[in-house]
Amino acid sequence: MKNLFLTITAIAIFSTLSIAQSRTLPSVDVKTLEGGNINITTLENDGNPIVISFWATWCKPCKKELNNIAELYEDWQDETGVKLVAISIDDTRSMAKVAPYVNASDWDYEVYLDPNGDLKRAMGVSTVPHTFLLNSKKEIVWQHKGYIDGDEDELYEQIEKIAKK
Amino acid sequence: MIKKISLTLTAFCITIICFAQDNSGEFHGDFDLNMQSYQEDELIGAKAADEIILNNAYLNINYTKGNFAAGLRYESYLNALLDFDDDYKGNGIPFRYATYKIDGLEVTAGNYYEQIGSGLIFRSYENKGLGQDNAMDGVRLKYSPLKGVYLKTFIGKNRTYFTYADGIIRGADAEVNINEALNFESKTKIIVGQGFVSRFQADINPKFKLPQNVAAYSSRLNIINGGWNYSGEYAIKLNDPIGSLTAEGNNYANGNALMSSLTYSQRGFGIIAEMHRVDHMEFRSERAKEKQYIINYIPTLTKQHTYTLLALYPCATQPEGEFGTQVDVFYKIKKGSLLGGKYGTKITFNFSNIRGLEKGIKYDIDNNEVVEISNSFKNDYNDFTPKFFSKNGELFFRDINLEVYKKINKKIKATGILAKQSYNKDVLEGKTPGTYGTVESTIAIADISYKIKKGHTIRIELQELLADGGEGSWSMGLVEYTISPHWFFAVQDMYNWGNHDVEKQLHYVNINCGFLSGSNRFAIGYGKKRAGIFCVGGVCKEVPSSNGFSLTISSSF
Repeated sequence: MKNLFLTITAIAIFSTLSIAQSRTLPSVDVKTLEGGNINITTLENDGNPIVISFWATWCKPCKKELNNIAELYEDWQDETGVKLVAISIDDTRSMAKVAPYVNASDWDYEVYLDPNGDLKRAMGVSTVPHTFLLNSKKEIVWQHKGYIDGDEDELYEQIEKIAKK
Repeated sequence: MIKKISLTLTAFCITIICFAQDNSGEFHGDFDLNMQSYQEDELIGAKAADEIILNNAYLNINYTKGNFAAGLRYESYLNALLDFDDDYKGNGIPFRYATYKIDGLEVTAGNYYEQIGSGLIFRSYENKGLGQDNAMDGVRLKYSPLKGVYLKTFIGKNRTYFTYADGIIRGADAEVNINEALNFESKTKIIVGQGFVSRFQADINPKFKLPQNVAAYSSRLNIINGGWNYSGEYAIKLNDPIGSLTAEGNNYANGNALMSSLTYSQRGFGIIAEMHRVDHMEFRSERAKEKQYIINYIPTLTKQHTYTLLALYPCATQPEGEFGTQVDVFYKIKKGSLLGGKYGTKITFNFSNIRGLEKGIKYDIDNNEVVEISNSFKNDYNDFTPKFFSKNGELFFRDINLEVYKKINKKIKATGILAKQSYNKDVLEGKTPGTYGTVESTIAIADISYKIKKGHTIRIELQELLADGGEGSWSMGLVEYTISPHWFFAVQDMYNWGNHDVEKQLHYVNINCGFLSGSNRFAIGYGKKRAGIFCVGGVCKEVPSSNGFSLTISSSF
């Protein structure tokens, strides 16, 4: 029992040390809508902010979030150069619906597939939607679980804080 | 158990310390807690728990440093929530792994999740909400010798609750993206894949000679050209009798499955046509029928609904035999047009039709003739060949639904849905044929949200399900008030006004409120839940009725 506490304490100390540091993307492959594979660490946006949003075609609040942002996305891009990357966690039951849904919804996002949840687990995402904001060094500086109407305003405030322009 | 946990944690820490010498690695993880109190409610059939409160909790810790990662999951069931199997009991670290990548090779030792193609022959995955976790424990290698070529191979045992199944699973998969591999630019992209899985389990059956090695393999093809996308996979599973002591209990037939989808999309429009045919294709990590041993995944060919009454009677794949078709259409009516209005209108249509395999032929050895056998969805015979297409097979499930979404003005958004569903309760819930028959239901839903002021939104859901069969008709109302970015409050009532048993015409009222802040989410609820089938991602579980408080905490760091 004593050992258990010691080890947990050790983990806690190490965790604290590490949390104080920056957080980067894990080296995990996701699928492109064209059937290819890319490693998520290769995402680029010329030093501008990147938003990573986990969603699924069966998730109402996720679609609400991405549809609401879609209406503002052009302005956001003009003002901050931000890029939104939408990671679908649809498994093979609904994966085929992702591309038609994205296209029909007129989204301008970069969309990738994570059908067996590899990236989802590596990034500690237990439920969707879950949104991360990355700064110019691709470090995660902010994250948010869930979505309720109006949350996009808070996200945008955070984007503005780190945008170059 | 404690000693084991300590050892694992110590080993984990040592690994981390060694790798973290220059202290540039990162620790991250997430935590989930689901606590529920159970009070008795005779009317809805809810039982009180002896413990009063039951609790499930999970903590994931991942350590990463460059191309190295290691992690573990601590799970606690004290005791497991009533809708979980009681084999989840106590505390433990059933998941731990270490992995690294170097020069295109990825090595994983310990636990991992893996999938081949669509999952027809193999898929290990987890879904905490359903109590589903068939993680592998063993070794996995992934290698990409050149661009566009992906190879992987693995060996291991699959998790069942806090132990592992008897069988040893070996698998390999190769995927080639032909354009990338041959380095040619073309509008048409072709990707091919071939997977193989084999299970070894010693034969100790005293009466029958059972195959000790059971193989399954699948081939897949994906062709993409502009807005077009075709994807297909065909799988075969060799004979895999369950090891019964009776001849009837052991089915030596091979299984097979085919799935195929064709998609076209362009700006504002998308259409998907899908089919699948499944015949005796459940693949397990042990010669037994129990669901915890299933290691393949046959995606259910119906829409995964989120509105409560649309999902009241959900479909589940029947791996013993099924023929399904599904069509989805997404269309956005342009802004500024007559029907589109100022913001455009979105229309989604979905149709799915799932049937049993139709009458087939069987070779009758005694009379040396081919006979047609009666309508049956079960592949019970080695020499029974059902027809390929099933137009008139027994109906398992049908769903026609139309959804219209419209932003009316800056403040009001509305969704309307109409649906008609047929649900073969006997087949889909594994009841004796003829007990309940098919539930035919008509469903209407209105979902309206109104923005009161910046950050404040009220949303109302009205749902109606009309049915004669099953539990009869239901109504549901929900009011949700959200204050971005932190608060939500919701009250909902499900009313089973059409139940044929007057005493069961009950209200199921639930109150929920939650607080969200950055990476933390807290929610408390109180109310009654109806017994039913709850499905996510193609897996379903039966949930008992319950009455009580619930607390959910979800956090990530």
